[in-house]
Amino acid sequence: MKLTINGTARDVDVEPDTPLLWVLRDELGLTGTKYGCGIAQCGACTVHVDGEPRRSCSMPVSMAEGTDVTTIEGLGNPQAFHVVQQAWVDNQVAQCGYCQSGQIMSAAALLDLNDNPTDEEIDRAMSGNLCRCGTYPRIRAAVKDAASKLRGA
Amino acid sequence: MGRARTIARRSFLIGSAAIAGGVAFGVYAAKRPFDNPNLANLPDGSASFNPWVIVDSEKVTLIAPHADKGQGIFSAQAALIAEELDIDLDQVEVSFGVPNKAYFNAKITEAAAGFPLYDTSPTAERVRGFLGGVVKLALPAQATGGSSAIPDSYDKLRKAGAVARETLKLAASQQSGVPVAQLKTEKGAVILPDGTSLAYTSLAGAAASVELVADVVLRDPKDWKIVGKPMQRVDMAQKSTGTLTYGIDFRTDGMRFATIKVNPRQGGSLNGYDASAAEAMIGVDKVVEITGGVAVIAKNTWVAMKAANAISFDWGEAPYPAEQSAHWDHLASIFDDAHLNAEARVEGDVEAAEGKEVVGEYKSPYIAHAPLEPLNATVLVTDDRVDVWTGHQLQTMLAPQVAAITGHDPENIHLHNMFIGGSFGHRLEFDFVKQAAEIANQMRGTPIQMTYSREEDFAHDFPRHITMGRGVAKVKDGQVNSLDIQIAGQSVVRSQMGRLGFSLPGPDTQLHEGAWDAPNFNLPNLRVRSYLTEELAPVSSWRAVGAGPNVFIYETLLDEAIFAAGADPVEERLRLMGHDVSVKVIEAVAEMCDWNGPNVGENRGRGIAYGFSFGVPVATVVEVSKSDAGIKLEHVWMAGDVGKVIDPVNLENLAQGGTIFGLGHAMNCEITYSDGMAQQTNYHAHEGMRLYQCPPIEFRALENSPKIRGFGEPPIPPSAPALGNAIFAATGERLREMPFNKFVDFV
Repeated sequence: MKLTINGTARDVDVEPDTPLLWVLRDELGLTGTKYGCGIAQCGACTVHVDGEPRRSCSMPVSMAEGTDVTTIEGLGNPQAFHVVQQAWVDNQVAQCGYCQSGQIMSAAALLDLNDNPTDEEIDRAMSGNLCRCGTYPRIRAAVKDAASKLRGA
Repeated sequence: MGRARTIARRSFLIGSAAIAGGVAFGVYAAKRPFDNPNLANLPDGSASFNPWVIVDSEKVTLIAPHADKGQGIFSAQAALIAEELDIDLDQVEVSFGVPNKAYFNAKITEAAAGFPLYDTSPTAERVRGFLGGVVKLALPAQATGGSSAIPDSYDKLRKAGAVARETLKLAASQQSGVPVAQLKTEKGAVILPDGTSLAYTSLAGAAASVELVADVVLRDPKDWKIVGKPMQRVDMAQKSTGTLTYGIDFRTDGMRFATIKVNPRQGGSLNGYDASAAEAMIGVDKVVEITGGVAVIAKNTWVAMKAANAISFDWGEAPYPAEQSAHWDHLASIFDDAHLNAEARVEGDVEAAEGKEVVGEYKSPYIAHAPLEPLNATVLVTDDRVDVWTGHQLQTMLAPQVAAITGHDPENIHLHNMFIGGSFGHRLEFDFVKQAAEIANQMRGTPIQMTYSREEDFAHDFPRHITMGRGVAKVKDGQVNSLDIQIAGQSVVRSQMGRLGFSLPGPDTQLHEGAWDAPNFNLPNLRVRSYLTEELAPVSSWRAVGAGPNVFIYETLLDEAIFAAGADPVEERLRLMGHDVSVKVIEAVAEMCDWNGPNVGENRGRGIAYGFSFGVPVATVVEVSKSDAGIKLEHVWMAGDVGKVIDPVNLENLAQGGTIFGLGHAMNCEITYSDGMAQQTNYHAHEGMRLYQCPPIEFRALENSPKIRGFGEPPIPPSAPALGNAIFAATGERLREMPFNKFVDFV
């Protein structure tokens, strides 16, 4: 099966019903995308499929064929942060950090469409991502910070 | 390296004597407690001055042995060493190191000494010191828990940094001929009077062969450059880019993936199973039996989980009541002398006390830990050794558990401790490690990564214990005159330690923690009794342990009494509180929210609660509103006193996060048993708080406590009663049972 992950063509040998999450993690070694619940309740597995946020735990890999998949690894890295990642570091968001890949992917997708979201729009975009440590106040602050960075404000 | 090794081993630092303006530390050579574990494999030209600092020609490595479950202790430990070592955190590598008794935690037993933690009398301190000594000598356990990592590290790691710094200066002095007194240190280098900078890394070889400097003076906190200032956590960039390797992310050549299915009636037997469908699936390597169930090994975790779901099982019965109602009925039946755990506190005479009675019964449910990283462990068993890659809070207790399965000498079991994606207490348990070891032992030579499905994680959690409280308050002349509290619950410690093969005699202090030690010294009549049962579902330490349920009981009953007395919830709490540090905490939160009574407009209300846990007083005020959409959390204010703030940024994150954790579980989380199985199988049924429900949370840190304390748990206990008391103020409905969504809807 041929996939395009972070701009790179990848070939994987898996059953077509395998969720994209497990192809990324166990077959391709892209472990930045996390397993949390397996039923699209926690958002830890969020990736972008053709720019849209998707829960990769509930998306069969066959549906990802012919699409562009972006994972947290494709967004930026410690040497070259994406603006959302920079905001996450500046606001010292993470505690355990396990949910943050998914949080950042949801935030990046929101800000791609709308660089000046209201509180309600942030709530709507981010409430599918569970954080057991309770970093929500900082997630909110970081999303707003990233938005203002994007606007050049 | 021979000599360096001998000297460093002999010179392990220990002991202290207070002197004016600082603390001097001597070298305890004759009876060194433990070898420095870093010396075992130290290459030539490298120096390790103690178990926490290694310098070689390339880099400076700081060992941060406490497990990091998210609270930032990895960074905080490094900062404490770096503060005295004079090096910036971006100049060092930080490592969890190798588990070793040299990293024993002497503070984890403090709460078990039988004295309230505000009691710093010589007697209380002597008993605590004795218990700490027992830990060091009899059971030198490297362990992370009980909000003890900061207290355990605070002096010890600063000393370690100072000894390393002074020894590097001595090496520089011998090399340059400049007297030590004329040398300075900054940013990882010794600076000569002419401005020449000698990097620590360039001094590693020389430092390995000079005598360790014995006497060091710790800096006055006012001279700190790192500690006490806003910090950047060292794990933050990796956690924001998906590049941090948690246990579940560990990968190695030839690794196979596994999952388990164990009897969901916890502790029940496996009577039989049919795995033929699973074994026929593409990608499945093998199905093997483990204690109480089976494991599937496959090419990836998904195939393993899918195959495990295709196995049919015949499970045995649960060794506890099958239905939840029977658990509550049992608790209701043990308020008697036969089940008495302790008459933990008696002040005055609650029987003879006068006043109008206020009576309440309070319930706190089983709750799952459900950390977002599902439990997992990777194990490789070979004939010579066993390697375990996982995150664990009882680092040095893991080897014997694994050795009992594989038959190796515990010395040949090697734990590589990993970052943990949340624990809340679950990583104190060993089942997941033992299961992975059982699988890997049947697959010798192949690294096996075993991951629980979320459903297995819920089914096999050992949840927070259920608690039932009964209270009688008496109010007289507009004041609270008496509180009589009875608490029935399970012994978390006995359940947990029982799984490790230990039986603990005597009363369990966790059963009344947070109630018996509430420092309301001006309350004339108070009695706290606790009752214990071991006949219900297996339970474990859940963040804040006993203080969570018990502060809910205490502070809800107290609030009811204050309302009945017609007093103000803040004023009356201040009047009852005889503990100055706590008074200031309550005054702070009242000032922050501009407290003017619980009633703040129609369909709107405020509640306050105070909790004392792990030596930390915290006061929390919650404001809620009520509309057709339900109860909405509008605002939270809280103040707490940890004695000394290590990192104000991270502390605020812990304050907010802990409050959200406490509030979210009080709102909508419980585990209930039916047919012996937990009915909640995933986050949809045990959700906690979501972002849209999260109110602004303001926090103020105070530093009046005489001892430094940890803050991983103390924000939790007052959250739930503050919310319940706020809902009462807004609606008139008194909530005596969690979760609250059984009685009210939340927006």
